[in-house]
Amino acid sequence: MTARAREALAGYAFAAPTLLLLGVFVLLPLGGAMVISLQETNGFGEGTFVGLDNYGRLVQDPVFWRATLNTALYTVLVTPAAMAIGLGLALLLDSALPARGALRSVLILPMAISGVATALMGVLIFDENSGFLTEVARAMGLPQVDWQTHGPAAFASVVIMTLWWRVGFNMLIYLAGLQGVAHELYEAARLDGANAWQRLRHVTVPQLSPQSFFLVILNIIYSFQVFDIVFVMTGGGPERATTVLVTYAYDTGFVTRDQGYAAAIGVVLLAVTLVVTALRWRAQRRREESV
Amino acid sequence: MRTRSARRRGAALRLLGALLAAGVILFPLYWMVVVAFSTRSSLSGGGLRLWPEQATLDNFRRVLDSFPVLTWFGNSVAIALVTSVIIVLVNLLAGYAFAHLRFPGSGVLLLVSLSTLMLPVQVIMVGLFRLVTELGLYGSYWAVILPTAASAFGVFLARQFILTIPRELIEAARIDGATHLQIFWRIVLPLSRPLIAVLFFMSMLQTWNDFAWPLIALRENALYTLPVGLLFLQGQFGPDYGATMAFALITVAPMVLVFLLAQRWFVQGFSRSGLR
Repeated sequence: MTARAREALAGYAFAAPTLLLLGVFVLLPLGGAMVISLQETNGFGEGTFVGLDNYGRLVQDPVFWRATLNTALYTVLVTPAAMAIGLGLALLLDSALPARGALRSVLILPMAISGVATALMGVLIFDENSGFLTEVARAMGLPQVDWQTHGPAAFASVVIMTLWWRVGFNMLIYLAGLQGVAHELYEAARLDGANAWQRLRHVTVPQLSPQSFFLVILNIIYSFQVFDIVFVMTGGGPERATTVLVTYAYDTGFVTRDQGYAAAIGVVLLAVTLVVTALRWRAQRRREESV
Repeated sequence: MRTRSARRRGAALRLLGALLAAGVILFPLYWMVVVAFSTRSSLSGGGLRLWPEQATLDNFRRVLDSFPVLTWFGNSVAIALVTSVIIVLVNLLAGYAFAHLRFPGSGVLLLVSLSTLMLPVQVIMVGLFRLVTELGLYGSYWAVILPTAASAFGVFLARQFILTIPRELIEAARIDGATHLQIFWRIVLPLSRPLIAVLFFMSMLQTWNDFAWPLIALRENALYTLPVGLLFLQGQFGPDYGATMAFALITVAPMVLVFLLAQRWFVQGFSRSGLR
């Protein structure tokens, strides 16, 4: 055997364990989900083939459209907010501050905490009978907000807890990016008479565009996958006001056990994910060409 | 020109902003601790209280008496450890292959592996449930461990890291007649210690906090992991916030501790994840 053939063989052998695991526990179930999406089944035993019926039902299902709308709204709210706050905090921590290390540790702490625990803290704060915000409003004589029974308020509470959970990560990525911004650029801008806002707008933000690009994609993907916080904090309610695609898929698949329908929702999620991924690749290629 | 007092005011404002942000982050955690140590009567009494009137361990006792918390704790530790060891091992091997070995199709295989990272588990859960059932794994530890270990999460990180190992080092060993396995074992592995730490801690963190799939894959109460147990307990205790928060604290504390102690590795891992 030639050295080259040996190297190729070694390459396959070293990659095999990962590829095997991915093949069996990701790609195979992915194909399985597509097949199941053409069936009517409760998940036990073989289902019956129903063609595209599940997809036909999707189109006419108001809950599905509500979940899609909520997912989109959640994505559109969380992505820019998490990035803007993350950038602001990164700029703060990048400047001369006492106890910078300790402050950074605190701000990234939520990354260590599970979504379930985060959601339960959210319940503790937003419970409309005995939550912290309710008690504060009561003590100060302010009007009460129905955080749990009023749809938009419940949605806002989920977004707020998500930001609490995610802002640290966005900050960390920007903080790493700020290390790479050349100081000469700021000096040059200052000599040209640029004020702090102009320096931020025309030096810092463009210099951080690789980080911003990465974070846009990651926040979007993450937003499609938001499950723990919604599931535990609101259960998708009140009246579907916070139901998103992943919680709806779980409910149909493992609560009402309409698994064919759940699989169809999953396939829609897959399609959306693929579109985002394709956009990412296209944008990345264009960036690389323009450099 | 800016005066010195203006500059000092700017610094003070920045510090104030950072402290405010830290306060917002810390408050829910602080509140969880307060509630966990508060007596039941003081919690149901209503009214705003920012610290417990008298600290009590009653909530912890109630939780430990009514639920197999220690078993769940053990389950979480076992599942997180085994899963993380598998992830580190297989992703390191794959990272080496994709970094230094030439084989046909490696580009496509790497791309396919990395694309699986984008998939929410809810896309495949129905198919995965059927697969795990047919393999006879449903309801066992392995039903959680194997699908969770099927992750390309470390492949990219490992590849990027191993690429920084000088090629000459590997070529020299090859000329001396070392096999690929020997090169991996004697050169790549010892040089990859920081990478192993980063990968291991990040896998532990992810697996420890994982919720959606364990919720589906585990059937028996006795096999629950902590996050699944936490949800179960919340369903049983309902508005008994003292007990729920006591247990939430038990599930959160170990990882927060590890996170603070091993922060260097986490920061490195997160900062580099996926960034080119």
